[in-house]
Amino acid sequence: MSKGKTIAEKILSDKSGVDAYAGQIVNAQVDYVMVNDVTGPIAFREFEELGMEPVRERMVLIPDHYVPNKDVASAEQAKEMREFARRWGIDNYFEVGRSGVCHQLMVDEGFAAPGRLIVGADSHTCTYGGLGAFSTGVGSTEAAAVFATGRLWFKVPESIKVNIKGSFRPGVGGKDLIIRIITDIGVDGATYKAFEFSGDISAVPVSDRLTIANMAIEAGGKAGIFPCDEMTEEYIKETVRGEWTSYEADPDAVYSAELEYDLSELEPMVAYPHLPENGRPVSEADVKIDQAWLGSCTNGRIEDLRIAAEVIKGRKVHPDVRFIVVPASPRVFNQAMAEGLLAIFMDAGAYVSGPTCGACLGGHMGILAAGERCVASTNRNFIGRMGHKDSEVYLAGPGVVAASAVAGKIVNPEKLEEVF
Amino acid sequence: MESHRGKAWRFEDHVDTDQIIPAERLVAENLSKMNEFVFEKVRPGMAQKINKGDIILAGKNFGCGSSREHAPRSLIQAGVSCIIAESFARIFFRNSLNVGLLLVECKVDASEGDDIEVIPKAGKVINHSTGEEFNFPQYPEFVSELVAAGGLMSLIKEGRF
Repeated sequence: MSKGKTIAEKILSDKSGVDAYAGQIVNAQVDYVMVNDVTGPIAFREFEELGMEPVRERMVLIPDHYVPNKDVASAEQAKEMREFARRWGIDNYFEVGRSGVCHQLMVDEGFAAPGRLIVGADSHTCTYGGLGAFSTGVGSTEAAAVFATGRLWFKVPESIKVNIKGSFRPGVGGKDLIIRIITDIGVDGATYKAFEFSGDISAVPVSDRLTIANMAIEAGGKAGIFPCDEMTEEYIKETVRGEWTSYEADPDAVYSAELEYDLSELEPMVAYPHLPENGRPVSEADVKIDQAWLGSCTNGRIEDLRIAAEVIKGRKVHPDVRFIVVPASPRVFNQAMAEGLLAIFMDAGAYVSGPTCGACLGGHMGILAAGERCVASTNRNFIGRMGHKDSEVYLAGPGVVAASAVAGKIVNPEKLEEVF
Repeated sequence: MESHRGKAWRFEDHVDTDQIIPAERLVAENLSKMNEFVFEKVRPGMAQKINKGDIILAGKNFGCGSSREHAPRSLIQAGVSCIIAESFARIFFRNSLNVGLLLVECKVDASEGDDIEVIPKAGKVINHSTGEEFNFPQYPEFVSELVAAGGLMSLIKEGRF
Protein backbone atom coordinates (compact mmCIF):
# COMPACT_ATOMS: atom_id res chain seq x y z
CA MET A 1 0.00 0.00 0.00
CA SER A 2 1.30 3.42 -0.86
CA LYS A 3 2.16 5.97 1.78
CA GLY A 4 -0.02 8.97 2.56
CA LYS A 5 0.64 12.25 0.82
CA THR A 6 0.65 15.93 1.60
CA ILE A 7 -1.29 18.32 -0.63
CA ALA A 8 1.97 19.38 -2.32
CA GLU A 9 2.84 15.73 -3.05
CA LYS A 10 -0.64 15.10 -4.46
CA ILE A 11 -0.70 18.09 -6.78
CA LEU A 12 2.83 17.47 -8.08
CA SER A 13 2.06 13.74 -8.53
CA ASP A 14 -1.05 14.47 -10.59
CA LYS A 15 0.62 17.16 -12.67
CA SER A 16 3.65 14.97 -13.41
CA GLY A 17 1.95 11.61 -13.75
CA VAL A 18 4.45 10.19 -11.27
CA ASP A 19 3.68 8.76 -7.85
CA ALA A 20 5.85 11.38 -6.21
CA TYR A 21 7.00 12.05 -2.66
CA ALA A 22 9.13 14.70 -1.01
CA GLY A 23 12.69 14.76 -2.33
CA GLN A 24 11.89 13.44 -5.81
CA ILE A 25 12.41 15.61 -8.86
CA VAL A 26 9.45 15.61 -11.25
CA ASN A 27 8.72 17.15 -14.62
CA ALA A 28 5.23 18.58 -14.27
CA GLN A 29 2.56 20.16 -16.47
CA VAL A 30 2.03 23.79 -15.47
CA ASP A 31 -1.50 25.26 -15.60
CA TYR A 32 -0.46 28.92 -15.81
CA VAL A 33 2.80 30.83 -16.05
CA MET A 34 2.83 34.53 -15.20
CA VAL A 35 5.45 37.23 -15.73
CA ASN A 36 5.40 40.94 -14.86
CA ASP A 37 7.01 43.97 -16.47
CA VAL A 38 10.27 43.55 -14.52
CA THR A 39 10.82 39.83 -15.06
CA GLY A 40 9.14 39.64 -18.47
CA PRO A 41 11.84 41.15 -20.71
CA ILE A 42 14.47 38.53 -19.80
CA ALA A 43 11.88 35.78 -20.28
CA PHE A 44 10.80 37.13 -23.68
CA ARG A 45 14.39 37.30 -24.94
CA GLU A 46 15.21 33.79 -23.69
CA PHE A 47 12.01 32.40 -25.20
CA GLU A 48 12.54 33.98 -28.60
CA GLU A 49 15.99 32.43 -28.88
CA LEU A 50 14.34 29.01 -28.84
CA GLY A 51 12.32 29.45 -32.03
CA MET A 52 9.37 27.55 -30.57
CA GLU A 53 5.64 28.21 -30.38
CA PRO A 54 4.37 29.41 -27.00
CA VAL A 55 1.67 27.77 -24.88
CA ARG A 56 -0.42 30.92 -25.41
CA GLU A 57 -3.53 30.17 -23.40
CA ARG A 58 -1.50 29.27 -20.32
CA MET A 59 0.56 32.46 -20.33
CA VAL A 60 -0.41 35.54 -18.33
CA LEU A 61 1.41 38.85 -18.81
CA ILE A 62 0.78 41.50 -16.17
CA PRO A 63 2.52 44.88 -16.07
CA ASP A 64 2.37 46.01 -12.45
CA HIS A 65 5.75 47.00 -10.98
CA TYR A 66 6.53 50.24 -12.82
CA VAL A 67 3.14 51.07 -14.29
CA PRO A 68 1.65 53.46 -15.12
CA ASN A 69 5.07 54.07 -16.67
CA LYS A 70 7.33 55.69 -14.12
CA ASP A 71 9.87 57.07 -16.59
CA VAL A 72 11.25 56.49 -20.07
CA ALA A 73 13.12 53.34 -19.08
CA SER A 74 10.03 51.72 -17.58
CA ALA A 75 7.93 52.90 -20.53
CA GLU A 76 10.32 51.07 -22.88
CA GLN A 77 10.11 47.99 -20.68
CA ALA A 78 6.31 48.04 -20.61
CA LYS A 79 6.33 48.47 -24.38
CA GLU A 80 8.48 45.36 -24.72
CA MET A 81 5.80 43.33 -22.91
CA ARG A 82 2.97 44.86 -24.94
CA GLU A 83 4.75 44.13 -28.20
CA PHE A 84 5.60 40.58 -27.16
CA ALA A 85 1.93 39.97 -26.35
CA ARG A 86 0.87 41.31 -29.76
CA ARG A 87 3.58 39.47 -31.67
CA TRP A 88 2.68 36.13 -30.19
CA GLY A 89 -1.08 36.63 -29.83
CA ILE A 90 -1.16 36.34 -26.04
CA ASP A 91 -4.75 37.12 -25.01
CA ASN A 92 -4.00 37.17 -21.28
CA TYR A 93 -2.13 40.46 -21.40
CA PHE A 94 -3.61 43.07 -19.07
CA GLU A 95 -3.14 46.68 -20.09
CA VAL A 96 -2.98 49.52 -17.58
CA GLY A 97 -6.52 50.22 -16.40
CA ARG A 98 -7.44 46.53 -16.64
CA SER A 99 -4.32 45.51 -14.77
CA GLY A 100 -3.34 45.46 -11.11
CA VAL A 101 -0.86 43.93 -8.71
CA CYS A 102 -0.16 40.66 -10.51
CA HIS A 103 -1.10 38.25 -7.72
CA GLN A 104 -4.38 40.01 -6.99
CA LEU A 105 -5.17 40.03 -10.70
CA MET A 106 -4.41 36.30 -10.92
CA VAL A 107 -7.07 35.78 -8.25
CA ASP A 108 -9.57 38.35 -9.59
CA GLU A 109 -9.28 37.01 -13.14
CA GLY A 110 -9.78 33.44 -12.01
CA PHE A 111 -6.42 31.99 -13.03
CA ALA A 112 -5.64 31.01 -9.46
CA ALA A 113 -7.78 28.10 -8.26
CA PRO A 114 -7.54 25.03 -6.03
CA GLY A 115 -5.35 22.17 -7.19
CA ARG A 116 -3.68 24.11 -9.97
CA LEU A 117 0.08 24.21 -10.53
CA ILE A 118 1.03 27.81 -11.23
CA VAL A 119 4.45 29.39 -11.57
CA GLY A 120 5.24 33.06 -11.86
CA ALA A 121 8.38 35.10 -12.33
CA ASP A 122 7.68 36.90 -9.09
CA SER A 123 8.54 35.47 -5.70
CA HIS A 124 5.08 36.14 -4.24
CA THR A 125 3.46 33.74 -6.68
CA CYS A 126 3.04 31.51 -3.62
CA THR A 127 -0.05 33.65 -2.83
CA TYR A 128 -2.45 31.28 -4.61
CA GLY A 129 -1.77 28.61 -2.03
CA GLY A 130 -4.39 30.53 -0.06
CA LEU A 131 -6.89 29.03 -2.50
CA GLY A 132 -5.38 25.53 -2.44
CA ALA A 133 -3.11 25.84 -5.47
CA PHE A 134 0.53 24.77 -5.59
CA SER A 135 2.08 27.98 -6.80
CA THR A 136 5.65 29.18 -6.58
CA GLY A 137 8.03 31.84 -7.80
CA VAL A 138 10.54 31.09 -10.54
CA GLY A 139 13.12 33.05 -12.52
CA SER A 140 12.65 34.57 -15.95
CA THR A 141 14.50 31.77 -17.74
CA GLU A 142 12.29 29.16 -16.11
CA ALA A 143 9.20 31.15 -17.09
CA ALA A 144 10.52 31.20 -20.67
CA ALA A 145 10.97 27.42 -20.50
CA VAL A 146 7.31 27.07 -19.52
CA PHE A 147 6.26 29.42 -22.36
CA ALA A 148 7.93 26.96 -24.73
CA THR A 149 7.15 23.58 -23.18
CA GLY A 150 4.27 24.07 -20.76
CA ARG A 151 6.32 22.14 -18.23
CA LEU A 152 8.92 22.66 -15.53
CA TRP A 153 10.99 20.56 -13.16
CA PHE A 154 10.20 20.62 -9.47
CA LYS A 155 11.80 19.05 -6.47
CA VAL A 156 8.79 17.82 -4.50
CA PRO A 157 9.09 19.72 -1.23
CA GLU A 158 8.79 18.42 2.27
CA SER A 159 5.89 20.08 4.06
CA ILE A 160 5.65 21.80 7.42
CA LYS A 161 2.21 21.26 8.90
CA VAL A 162 0.73 24.29 10.63
CA ASN A 163 -2.20 23.35 12.84
CA ILE A 164 -4.60 26.18 13.46
CA LYS A 165 -6.99 26.33 16.37
CA GLY A 166 -9.10 29.02 18.01
CA SER A 167 -10.13 32.21 16.28
CA PHE A 168 -8.65 35.68 15.81
CA ARG A 169 -9.47 38.31 18.39
CA PRO A 170 -10.86 41.56 16.97
CA GLY A 171 -8.13 43.55 15.23
CA VAL A 172 -5.92 40.49 14.65
CA GLY A 173 -5.64 38.76 11.28
CA GLY A 174 -3.63 36.72 8.83
CA LYS A 175 -0.78 39.23 8.65
CA ASP A 176 -0.22 38.89 12.38
CA LEU A 177 -0.19 35.09 12.16
CA ILE A 178 2.32 34.96 9.32
CA ILE A 179 4.64 37.53 10.94
CA ARG A 180 4.43 35.43 14.13
CA ILE A 181 5.32 32.26 12.21
CA ILE A 182 8.24 33.88 10.36
CA THR A 183 9.51 35.36 13.63
CA ASP A 184 9.33 31.92 15.27
CA ILE A 185 11.07 29.92 12.53
CA GLY A 186 13.22 32.61 10.87
CA VAL A 187 13.49 33.91 7.33
CA ASP A 188 15.04 30.62 6.23
CA GLY A 189 12.93 28.39 8.45
CA ALA A 190 11.01 26.90 5.53
CA THR A 191 13.66 26.99 2.79
CA TYR A 192 12.93 24.40 0.07
CA LYS A 193 9.75 23.45 1.97
CA ALA A 194 6.01 24.02 1.69
CA PHE A 195 3.73 25.08 4.50
CA GLU A 196 0.50 23.13 4.72
CA PHE A 197 -2.15 24.74 6.91
CA SER A 198 -4.62 22.51 8.67
CA GLY A 199 -6.96 22.30 11.64
CA ASP A 200 -9.70 24.85 12.07
CA ILE A 201 -9.03 26.81 8.91
CA SER A 202 -12.65 27.98 8.83
CA ALA A 203 -11.50 30.53 11.42
CA VAL A 204 -9.29 32.11 8.74
CA PRO A 205 -11.09 34.17 6.07
CA VAL A 206 -9.90 33.44 2.52
CA SER A 207 -8.47 36.95 2.17
CA ASP A 208 -6.29 36.26 5.22
CA ARG A 209 -5.28 32.89 3.78
CA LEU A 210 -3.97 34.72 0.71
CA THR A 211 -1.99 37.08 2.96
CA ILE A 212 -0.49 34.15 4.86
CA ALA A 213 0.38 32.15 1.73
CA ASN A 214 1.81 35.30 0.14
CA MET A 215 4.46 35.58 2.84
CA ALA A 216 5.46 31.89 2.86
CA ILE A 217 8.43 33.02 0.75
CA GLU A 218 9.52 35.35 3.57
CA ALA A 219 10.37 32.20 5.53
CA GLY A 220 12.08 30.81 2.42
CA GLY A 221 9.06 28.62 1.65
CA LYS A 222 8.36 27.23 -1.80
CA ALA A 223 4.62 27.31 -1.20
CA GLY A 224 2.05 27.89 1.53
CA ILE A 225 -1.03 25.80 0.96
CA PHE A 226 -4.47 25.87 2.55
CA PRO A 227 -6.85 23.05 1.75
CA CYS A 228 -9.88 24.08 -0.30
CA ASP A 229 -13.13 24.30 1.67
CA GLU A 230 -16.61 25.81 1.24
CA MET A 231 -15.22 29.25 2.00
CA THR A 232 -12.75 28.88 -0.88
CA GLU A 233 -15.49 27.80 -3.25
CA GLU A 234 -17.63 30.76 -2.26
CA TYR A 235 -14.67 33.13 -2.70
CA ILE A 236 -13.82 32.04 -6.25
CA LYS A 237 -17.24 31.12 -7.64
CA GLU A 238 -17.84 34.36 -9.56
CA THR A 239 -14.38 34.69 -11.03
CA VAL A 240 -12.76 31.28 -11.54
CA ARG A 241 -11.94 30.16 -15.08
CA GLY A 242 -12.37 26.52 -16.04
CA GLU A 243 -12.26 23.36 -13.99
CA TRP A 244 -10.34 22.94 -10.78
CA THR A 245 -9.65 20.17 -8.29
CA SER A 246 -9.78 20.10 -4.52
CA TYR A 247 -7.07 18.19 -2.70
CA GLU A 248 -6.73 17.28 0.92
CA ALA A 249 -3.83 15.65 2.69
CA ASP A 250 -3.95 11.99 3.71
CA PRO A 251 -4.15 11.36 7.45
CA ASP A 252 -0.85 9.45 7.30
CA ALA A 253 0.99 12.04 5.21
CA VAL A 254 4.54 12.69 6.40
CA TYR A 255 5.64 16.17 7.51
CA SER A 256 9.12 17.48 8.24
CA ALA A 257 7.77 19.45 11.19
CA GLU A 258 4.51 20.39 12.85
CA LEU A 259 3.65 23.76 14.32
CA GLU A 260 0.53 24.78 16.20
CA TYR A 261 -0.98 28.22 16.61
CA ASP A 262 -3.93 29.22 18.76
CA LEU A 263 -5.29 32.25 16.92
CA SER A 264 -6.92 33.59 20.09
CA GLU A 265 -3.47 34.06 21.63
CA LEU A 266 -2.15 36.25 18.81
CA GLU A 267 -1.65 39.99 19.10
CA PRO A 268 -1.28 42.51 16.28
CA MET A 269 2.34 42.23 15.12
CA VAL A 270 4.86 44.52 13.51
CA ALA A 271 8.08 43.34 11.83
CA TYR A 272 10.98 45.72 12.44
CA PRO A 273 13.70 46.49 9.91
CA HIS A 274 15.42 44.86 8.13
CA LEU A 275 13.99 41.35 8.08
CA PRO A 276 10.43 39.99 8.25
CA GLU A 277 11.55 37.74 11.13
CA ASN A 278 11.93 40.77 13.42
CA GLY A 279 8.32 40.57 14.57
CA ARG A 280 7.17 42.08 17.86
CA PRO A 281 3.74 42.71 19.33
CA VAL A 282 2.54 46.17 18.32
CA SER A 283 1.98 46.91 22.02
CA GLU A 284 5.79 47.03 22.42
CA ALA A 285 6.30 49.42 19.51
CA ASP A 286 7.39 53.02 20.03
CA VAL A 287 8.21 54.21 16.53
CA LYS A 288 7.36 57.56 14.95
CA ILE A 289 6.53 57.34 11.26
CA ASP A 290 6.66 59.59 8.22
CA GLN A 291 4.52 57.43 5.96
CA ALA A 292 1.88 54.73 6.17
CA TRP A 293 1.35 52.59 3.08
CA LEU A 294 -1.67 50.34 2.52
CA GLY A 295 -1.72 48.05 -0.49
CA SER A 296 0.34 45.31 -2.23
CA CYS A 297 -0.21 41.65 -3.02
CA THR A 298 -0.08 40.99 0.72
CA ASN A 299 -2.79 43.33 2.01
CA GLY A 300 -4.30 45.29 -0.87
CA ARG A 301 -7.64 43.47 -0.99
CA ILE A 302 -11.11 44.84 -0.32
CA GLU A 303 -11.13 43.14 3.08
CA ASP A 304 -7.94 45.01 4.03
CA LEU A 305 -9.34 48.33 2.86
CA ARG A 306 -12.50 47.74 4.91
CA ILE A 307 -10.46 47.14 8.06
CA ALA A 308 -8.37 50.27 7.49
CA ALA A 309 -11.41 52.42 6.62
CA GLU A 310 -13.20 51.30 9.76
CA VAL A 311 -10.21 52.47 11.81
CA ILE A 312 -9.74 55.83 10.10
CA LYS A 313 -13.39 56.79 9.52
CA GLY A 314 -14.10 60.19 11.10
CA ARG A 315 -10.42 60.71 11.96
CA LYS A 316 -7.61 62.61 10.26
CA VAL A 317 -4.19 61.50 9.09
CA HIS A 318 -1.51 62.90 11.41
CA PRO A 319 -0.12 66.21 10.12
CA ASP A 320 3.39 64.76 9.86
CA VAL A 321 2.33 61.63 7.97
CA ARG A 322 1.60 60.76 4.34
CA PHE A 323 -0.97 57.97 4.19
CA ILE A 324 -0.92 56.26 0.80
CA VAL A 325 -3.70 53.83 -0.13
CA VAL A 326 -3.28 51.60 -3.18
CA PRO A 327 -6.10 49.15 -3.94
CA ALA A 328 -4.44 46.12 -5.52
CA SER A 329 -6.67 45.71 -8.57
CA PRO A 330 -9.43 47.42 -10.58
CA ARG A 331 -11.95 45.07 -9.00
CA VAL A 332 -10.79 46.02 -5.50
CA PHE A 333 -10.75 49.71 -6.46
CA ASN A 334 -14.29 49.60 -7.85
CA GLN A 335 -15.62 47.76 -4.85
CA ALA A 336 -13.92 50.21 -2.47
CA MET A 337 -15.43 53.09 -4.41
CA ALA A 338 -18.90 51.52 -4.32
CA GLU A 339 -18.64 50.98 -0.58
CA GLY A 340 -17.52 54.56 0.02
CA LEU A 341 -14.14 53.48 1.38
CA LEU A 342 -12.08 55.66 -0.94
CA ALA A 343 -14.05 58.72 0.22
CA ILE A 344 -13.34 57.78 3.82
CA PHE A 345 -9.60 57.62 3.10
CA MET A 346 -9.61 60.89 1.17
CA ASP A 347 -11.70 62.68 3.79
CA ALA A 348 -9.09 61.63 6.33
CA GLY A 349 -6.36 63.20 4.20
CA ALA A 350 -4.96 60.07 2.54
CA TYR A 351 -3.61 59.85 -0.99
CA VAL A 352 -5.45 57.18 -2.98
CA SER A 353 -3.92 55.81 -6.17
CA GLY A 354 -4.84 53.31 -8.85
CA PRO A 355 -3.43 49.78 -8.65
CA THR A 356 0.36 49.34 -8.89
CA CYS A 357 3.13 47.61 -6.95
CA GLY A 358 4.57 51.11 -6.74
CA ALA A 359 6.46 51.91 -3.60
CA CYS A 360 6.26 48.41 -2.07
CA LEU A 361 9.46 47.47 -3.88
CA GLY A 362 10.91 50.96 -4.03
CA GLY A 363 9.52 51.54 -7.49
CA HIS A 364 7.61 54.80 -7.42
CA MET A 365 4.69 56.64 -5.83
CA GLY A 366 5.79 56.78 -2.23
CA ILE A 367 9.58 56.37 -2.11
CA LEU A 368 11.26 57.11 1.22
CA ALA A 369 14.03 59.67 1.80
CA ALA A 370 17.04 59.09 4.07
CA GLY A 371 16.02 58.59 7.67
CA GLU A 372 12.30 58.22 6.92
CA ARG A 373 10.18 55.49 8.42
CA CYS A 374 7.16 53.81 6.88
CA VAL A 375 4.69 51.36 8.34
CA ALA A 376 3.50 49.26 5.42
CA SER A 377 1.02 46.47 4.82
CA THR A 378 3.61 44.93 2.49
CA ASN A 379 5.86 41.89 2.77
CA ARG A 380 9.51 42.98 2.85
CA ASN A 381 11.40 45.40 5.05
CA PHE A 382 14.87 44.79 3.61
CA ILE A 383 17.50 47.54 3.57
CA GLY A 384 16.40 50.22 1.12
CA ARG A 385 13.34 48.25 0.07
CA MET A 386 11.10 51.32 -0.26
CA GLY A 387 13.75 53.85 -1.13
CA HIS A 388 16.87 55.29 0.46
CA LYS A 389 19.24 52.81 2.09
CA ASP A 390 18.86 54.69 5.35
CA SER A 391 15.06 54.54 5.35
CA GLU A 392 13.11 51.98 7.36
CA VAL A 393 10.08 49.81 6.66
CA TYR A 394 7.92 48.29 9.39
CA LEU A 395 5.53 45.55 8.29
CA ALA A 396 2.05 45.30 9.79
CA GLY A 397 -1.57 44.49 9.03
CA PRO A 398 -4.08 46.98 7.58
CA GLY A 399 -5.60 48.03 10.92
CA VAL A 400 -2.23 48.93 12.43
CA VAL A 401 -1.21 50.81 9.27
CA ALA A 402 -4.37 52.95 9.37
CA ALA A 403 -4.16 53.55 13.12
CA SER A 404 -0.49 54.52 12.81
CA ALA A 405 -1.36 56.99 10.02
CA VAL A 406 -3.63 58.75 12.48
CA ALA A 407 -1.34 58.55 15.50
CA GLY A 408 1.87 59.44 13.70
CA LYS A 409 3.50 56.46 15.34
CA ILE A 410 3.00 52.70 15.23
CA VAL A 411 -0.01 51.80 17.35
CA ASN A 412 -2.64 49.16 17.83
CA PRO A 413 -6.03 50.47 16.58
CA GLU A 414 -7.42 49.57 20.02
CA LYS A 415 -5.16 52.21 21.55
CA LEU A 416 -6.17 55.00 19.20
CA GLU A 417 -8.62 56.50 21.69
CA GLU A 418 -5.85 56.77 24.27
CA VAL A 419 -3.50 58.56 21.90
CA PHE A 420 -5.97 61.39 21.35
CA MET B 1 32.74 22.41 -13.92
CA GLU B 2 35.97 24.35 -13.95
CA SER B 3 37.85 25.56 -10.91
CA HIS B 4 37.93 29.19 -9.84
CA ARG B 5 40.40 31.20 -7.82
CA GLY B 6 39.87 34.72 -6.60
CA LYS B 7 39.68 37.20 -3.79
CA ALA B 8 37.02 36.76 -1.11
CA TRP B 9 34.26 39.28 -0.48
CA ARG B 10 32.74 38.51 2.90
CA PHE B 11 29.00 38.79 3.65
CA GLU B 12 26.82 37.69 6.56
CA ASP B 13 23.46 35.82 6.66
CA HIS B 14 20.34 36.62 4.64
CA VAL B 15 21.82 38.66 1.81
CA ASP B 16 18.63 39.52 -0.10
CA THR B 17 18.26 40.19 -3.80
CA ASP B 18 17.38 43.85 -3.13
CA GLN B 19 20.90 44.18 -1.74
CA ILE B 20 22.44 42.39 -4.71
CA ILE B 21 20.66 44.68 -7.19
CA PRO B 22 18.03 47.20 -6.07
CA ALA B 23 14.58 47.08 -7.64
CA GLU B 24 14.88 50.54 -9.13
CA ARG B 25 17.64 49.25 -11.42
CA LEU B 26 15.44 46.54 -12.89
CA VAL B 27 14.61 48.05 -16.23
CA ALA B 28 15.43 46.47 -19.56
CA GLU B 29 17.86 49.21 -20.60
CA ASN B 30 20.10 48.21 -17.66
CA LEU B 31 20.30 44.53 -18.61
CA SER B 32 23.72 44.90 -20.25
CA LYS B 33 25.23 47.01 -17.43
CA MET B 34 23.81 45.50 -14.26
CA ASN B 35 27.34 45.06 -12.89
CA GLU B 36 27.40 48.80 -12.13
CA PHE B 37 24.68 48.46 -9.49
CA VAL B 38 25.78 45.36 -7.59
CA PHE B 39 25.49 45.89 -3.80
CA GLU B 40 25.30 49.67 -4.38
CA LYS B 41 23.12 50.33 -1.33
CA VAL B 42 24.95 48.18 1.20
CA ARG B 43 28.55 48.24 -0.10
CA PRO B 44 28.89 51.38 -2.22
CA GLY B 45 31.92 51.22 -4.51
CA MET B 46 32.27 47.44 -4.32
CA ALA B 47 30.96 46.96 -7.88
CA GLN B 48 33.90 48.90 -9.28
CA LYS B 49 36.45 46.99 -7.18
CA ILE B 50 35.45 43.43 -8.02
CA ASN B 51 38.07 41.67 -10.12
CA LYS B 52 37.13 38.96 -12.58
CA GLY B 53 37.08 35.64 -10.78
CA ASP B 54 36.41 37.05 -7.30
CA ILE B 55 34.38 34.92 -4.93
CA ILE B 56 31.61 35.90 -2.53
CA LEU B 57 31.54 34.15 0.84
CA ALA B 58 28.35 34.37 2.87
CA GLY B 59 26.40 32.81 5.69
CA LYS B 60 22.90 31.37 5.56
CA ASN B 61 20.11 32.03 3.06
CA PHE B 62 22.06 33.91 0.40
CA GLY B 63 19.80 35.36 -2.30
CA CYS B 64 16.59 35.49 -0.31
CA GLY B 65 13.68 37.64 -1.40
CA SER B 66 12.67 38.50 -4.92
CA SER B 67 12.77 36.10 -7.86
CA ARG B 68 14.70 38.60 -9.97
CA GLU B 69 17.07 36.68 -12.21
CA HIS B 70 18.89 39.98 -12.53
CA ALA B 71 20.59 39.06 -9.22
CA PRO B 72 22.79 36.16 -10.41
CA ARG B 73 23.14 37.75 -13.86
CA SER B 74 24.43 41.01 -12.37
CA LEU B 75 26.97 39.14 -10.24
CA ILE B 76 28.27 37.32 -13.32
CA GLN B 77 28.51 40.60 -15.21
CA ALA B 78 30.44 42.07 -12.29
CA GLY B 79 33.00 39.27 -12.60
CA VAL B 80 32.01 37.10 -9.64
CA SER B 81 32.95 33.51 -10.41
CA CYS B 82 31.37 31.69 -7.51
CA ILE B 83 29.33 32.14 -4.36
CA ILE B 84 30.11 30.04 -1.34
CA ALA B 85 27.41 30.17 1.34
CA GLU B 86 26.16 28.03 4.18
CA SER B 87 22.80 27.90 2.40
CA PHE B 88 20.98 29.51 -0.50
CA ALA B 89 17.44 30.73 -0.99
CA ARG B 90 15.55 28.46 -3.37
CA ILE B 91 14.69 30.73 -6.29
CA PHE B 92 18.16 32.29 -6.36
CA PHE B 93 19.62 28.77 -6.39
CA ARG B 94 17.54 27.71 -9.40
CA ASN B 95 18.18 30.97 -11.25
CA SER B 96 21.92 30.57 -10.79
CA LEU B 97 21.85 27.08 -12.32
CA ASN B 98 20.23 28.49 -15.44
CA VAL B 99 22.50 31.49 -15.93
CA GLY B 100 25.77 29.73 -15.12
CA LEU B 101 26.72 31.14 -11.72
CA LEU B 102 28.52 28.52 -9.64
CA LEU B 103 27.07 28.08 -6.15
CA VAL B 104 28.78 26.07 -3.45
CA GLU B 105 26.99 25.17 -0.25
CA CYS B 106 29.71 25.04 2.34
CA LYS B 107 30.77 26.68 5.58
CA VAL B 108 34.20 28.20 5.01
CA ASP B 109 36.40 30.10 7.44
CA ALA B 110 37.78 33.06 5.56
CA SER B 111 38.21 36.79 5.89
CA GLU B 112 37.60 39.56 3.41
CA GLY B 113 40.37 39.56 0.84
CA ASP B 114 41.54 35.97 1.40
CA ASP B 115 42.76 34.03 -1.64
CA ILE B 116 40.12 31.34 -2.26
CA GLU B 117 40.09 28.45 -4.71
CA VAL B 118 37.02 26.37 -5.52
CA ILE B 119 37.52 22.96 -7.16
CA PRO B 120 34.03 21.64 -7.96
CA LYS B 121 35.21 18.29 -9.35
CA ALA B 122 36.94 17.50 -6.08
CA GLY B 123 34.22 19.09 -3.94
CA LYS B 124 36.87 21.20 -2.29
CA VAL B 125 37.41 24.82 -1.25
CA ILE B 126 40.96 25.91 -0.39
CA ASN B 127 41.73 29.08 1.53
CA HIS B 128 45.26 29.74 0.30
CA SER B 129 45.62 32.62 2.77
CA THR B 130 45.25 30.28 5.75
CA GLY B 131 46.04 26.92 4.16
CA GLU B 132 42.72 25.47 5.31
CA GLU B 133 40.61 23.15 3.15
CA PHE B 134 36.86 22.58 3.23
CA ASN B 135 34.76 19.89 1.56
CA PHE B 136 31.31 20.17 0.04
CA PRO B 137 28.91 17.59 -1.41
CA GLN B 138 28.22 17.25 -5.13
CA TYR B 139 24.94 18.45 -6.60
CA PRO B 140 22.23 15.80 -7.06
CA GLU B 141 22.49 14.03 -10.43
CA PHE B 142 19.70 15.99 -12.15
CA VAL B 143 21.15 19.32 -11.05
CA SER B 144 24.66 18.31 -12.15
CA GLU B 145 23.33 17.47 -15.62
CA LEU B 146 21.48 20.78 -15.76
CA VAL B 147 24.61 22.71 -14.88
CA ALA B 148 26.80 20.66 -17.23
CA ALA B 149 24.39 21.37 -20.08
CA GLY B 150 24.53 25.11 -19.40
CA GLY B 151 21.07 25.53 -17.90
CA LEU B 152 17.48 24.79 -18.77
CA MET B 153 17.44 26.66 -22.09
CA SER B 154 20.31 24.53 -23.36
CA LEU B 155 18.45 21.36 -22.40
CA ILE B 156 15.38 22.56 -24.29
CA LYS B 157 17.43 23.52 -27.36
CA GLU B 158 18.97 20.04 -27.33
CA GLY B 159 15.51 18.48 -27.06
CA ARG B 160 16.33 16.99 -23.66
CA PHE B 161 13.56 18.72 -21.71
